[in-house]
Amino acid sequence: MSLRAAGLSRSRYGSRAGYGLQTLHAEWTKLRTVASTGWLLLGAAVLTVAVSMAADAAVTCSSSGCQVDTAKLSLTGVQAGQAVVAIIAVLAVGNEYSTGMIRITLTAMPRRLTVLAAKAALIAGLVLAAAAVAVLASVLAGRLILPGHGFTTAHGYPALLSLGNGPVLRAACGSVLYLTLVALLTLGVATAVRETAVATGLVLGLLYVFPVVTSVIGNQHWQRHLQQIGPMTAGLDIQATAGLKSLPLTPWQGLGVLALWAAGALIIGALILRFRDA
Amino acid sequence: MTTITPYRSTAQEARDGFGQLLHAEWTKFRTVRGWVIGMIIAIVVTAGLGVLIATSTGASCAVGNGHTQHAVACGGPTYAVGPGGVLVQDQFYFVRQPLAGNGSITVRVTSLTGLSPYTGPGPVPPPQHTSVPWSKAGIIVKNGTSQGSAYAAMMVTGGNGVRMQWNYTGDTPGLPGAVSAASPRWLRLTRDGDTITGYDSADGTHWAQVGTVTLAGLPPTVQAGLFVTSPHQFTYSAVLGSGTMNSSPTQATAVFDHVSRTGAWPAHEWTGDDVGAGGNQLSSGSPGYQQAAGRFSVTGSGDIAPLIAGATNDGPNITVRDFLLGTFAGLIAVIVVAAMFMTAEYRRGLIRTTLAASPDRGRVLAAKAIVIGLAAFVAGLVAAAGTVLITTHIAQRRGGIFSVFPEPWPTELRIIAGTAALIAVAAVFILAIAAIVRRSATAILIAIVALVIPFVLSAPPGIPSSLVDWLLRLTPAAAFALQQPAPQYYQVQANYLASSGYFPLAPWTGFAVLCGWTALALVLAACLLRRRDA
Repeated sequence: MSLRAAGLSRSRYGSRAGYGLQTLHAEWTKLRTVASTGWLLLGAAVLTVAVSMAADAAVTCSSSGCQVDTAKLSLTGVQAGQAVVAIIAVLAVGNEYSTGMIRITLTAMPRRLTVLAAKAALIAGLVLAAAAVAVLASVLAGRLILPGHGFTTAHGYPALLSLGNGPVLRAACGSVLYLTLVALLTLGVATAVRETAVATGLVLGLLYVFPVVTSVIGNQHWQRHLQQIGPMTAGLDIQATAGLKSLPLTPWQGLGVLALWAAGALIIGALILRFRDA
Repeated sequence: MTTITPYRSTAQEARDGFGQLLHAEWTKFRTVRGWVIGMIIAIVVTAGLGVLIATSTGASCAVGNGHTQHAVACGGPTYAVGPGGVLVQDQFYFVRQPLAGNGSITVRVTSLTGLSPYTGPGPVPPPQHTSVPWSKAGIIVKNGTSQGSAYAAMMVTGGNGVRMQWNYTGDTPGLPGAVSAASPRWLRLTRDGDTITGYDSADGTHWAQVGTVTLAGLPPTVQAGLFVTSPHQFTYSAVLGSGTMNSSPTQATAVFDHVSRTGAWPAHEWTGDDVGAGGNQLSSGSPGYQQAAGRFSVTGSGDIAPLIAGATNDGPNITVRDFLLGTFAGLIAVIVVAAMFMTAEYRRGLIRTTLAASPDRGRVLAAKAIVIGLAAFVAGLVAAAGTVLITTHIAQRRGGIFSVFPEPWPTELRIIAGTAALIAVAAVFILAIAAIVRRSATAILIAIVALVIPFVLSAPPGIPSSLVDWLLRLTPAAAFALQQPAPQYYQVQANYLASSGYFPLAPWTGFAVLCGWTALALVLAACLLRRRDA
């Protein structure tokens, strides 16, 4: 006798929305009660801020000649923090498969896509919150550290890095969205490949291979195209606040490319979850 | 009273040698299809990225690399080759006479002034009268006037005192301090067969030997005389997140007097020669010399030095190391396999069987480390050697479009074997981390943060280089220094950036950093494995 025949799935939860809420609650309980989730969110924020601060401290501007994109510089840590964000998303799915929990989950919540949607919503929310804290702290650190390193009005910089400045606000909010999209991309990949270690390797390889390879390719045509399609290279265009004309994509187009990658990964993950045995 | 002999099993003792343990671990490794595939993926990814880089490089050659005089033309750049196969820049103003047989030349240098263009942004003011630290003026004994021929020289420099230099890479310091009319420098070179000896003096009476060098195969007649040269000034700025290289010519003028010679100098006149003239003169002056009443004023531009490879310098901008950039992606695959090789034991409860069969836990860890280390070494060796072979073939086939910095074979061997060693030790490092944390996700996270992220931050321009240098000194990623394609010459000013393969640590020192971290992790893992419940 299937669960559906027993009337468990729909009638007990009353409505479709109620079912969704219940799924969300179940997923939240799973995430909340695993100690690693909190530690990793903290780790992602700390790593992001630490690398950003180190980058701020490593540059000095001694004359009016230095042209540094201070917003991008003070958000450097995002490039490192995304690795931890990816692990958070991988574990949300990978733990289910490595412990066999997935069978219980899908028995209790037979609507697989709803389960995935609930997971995605929760991971996105958590990462969004942690990323917001990390990005705010990074911008604040840049605001405090950079003037001491010569990034002053005398050298042609607005005195303090400020979120009141449109492009800086865009870079900051965009970085939060960037980390969230990386989490969703990873969730999709992890749902598709199921194995924690393999998913981690795949996502980090996908993210980091583009900036490394495009750094040596001499052919500008190729370089530009690779930068346009790479989820990390395109996505981080959102952090640029100067020299926008030389970017291969506009900032929001770049973030859009990452969003497409995330959507593609989630769709593939959803299809595999829907049609493959758990 | 009776003695009780303790019970002894009569069954034959089973073999429990370390060899058995190794065999068991090898069987575990080779029978998991995913792990073997993972290692193959590591090879394919490394080589694949190498091929991608090799095939997509150079079509934009007409653009050249900035303002350098060696702007890479599509016909393919040609570089002078010095003794020992080093690519060299050999460009200077030479006031010379042939010297037949043994002899010597002595001069007094009373001034060295420079002319440098303004390199900052904004409108260009007239050139400034400052000499660059490695502008050179002095006397030289050279095997002919062709570029790349053997030489030995004594010189005063813009900011590094008196030096003796020979065959492009050799350098020895002499008297410190700058030269001026009030504190002139006397220089002397003597030739005796293949041996050239350099002396310096502050007063022309008290002489000190600076160095002696042997120039193998020096012909009986050589060219000797005065020379002046002044290297390009390189500036590199990470402008708005992408690196920009600027190189601008400089020029130096030196005044010589008290020129005295011994030996046979068959020509009686001095000849001025702009060796390797490349049109990099500043508009407000040009190379040449004036002679009046035993006083020579010589102006020159260029450098006598090895060429520095890398996209931000004026040598060939592609090195074997660039083709091996994919190593880090292959390393990610190896990281995944190595982590799982350990954590799978815990996940499946296999660790209890393993430890029941071989109760000495330290030996189990050692066997696992050897198996994964060897497997990773083989994969790394195949990946590195394959990548270098394939990409050099592609580079040759596309020859003329771009040129690859030629490596002497010991360097190439070190890069290939070093890449394999880097991957092998990194795999053992991750195995130890995985034994400590027991969970693959955490182990992989640590490995990525320690090994991959510092490298990734170092690769593209835009990240502050002092941050990158510190990361590449302290983290296990320091071992990527094994792929350094060319030495850094302190006597050549250039952009030695980690993104071009110039690492802050020497190759084997960087490897030692990784080995240190690995040893630490292994000791900790062995302690924890003994103390903790499996």
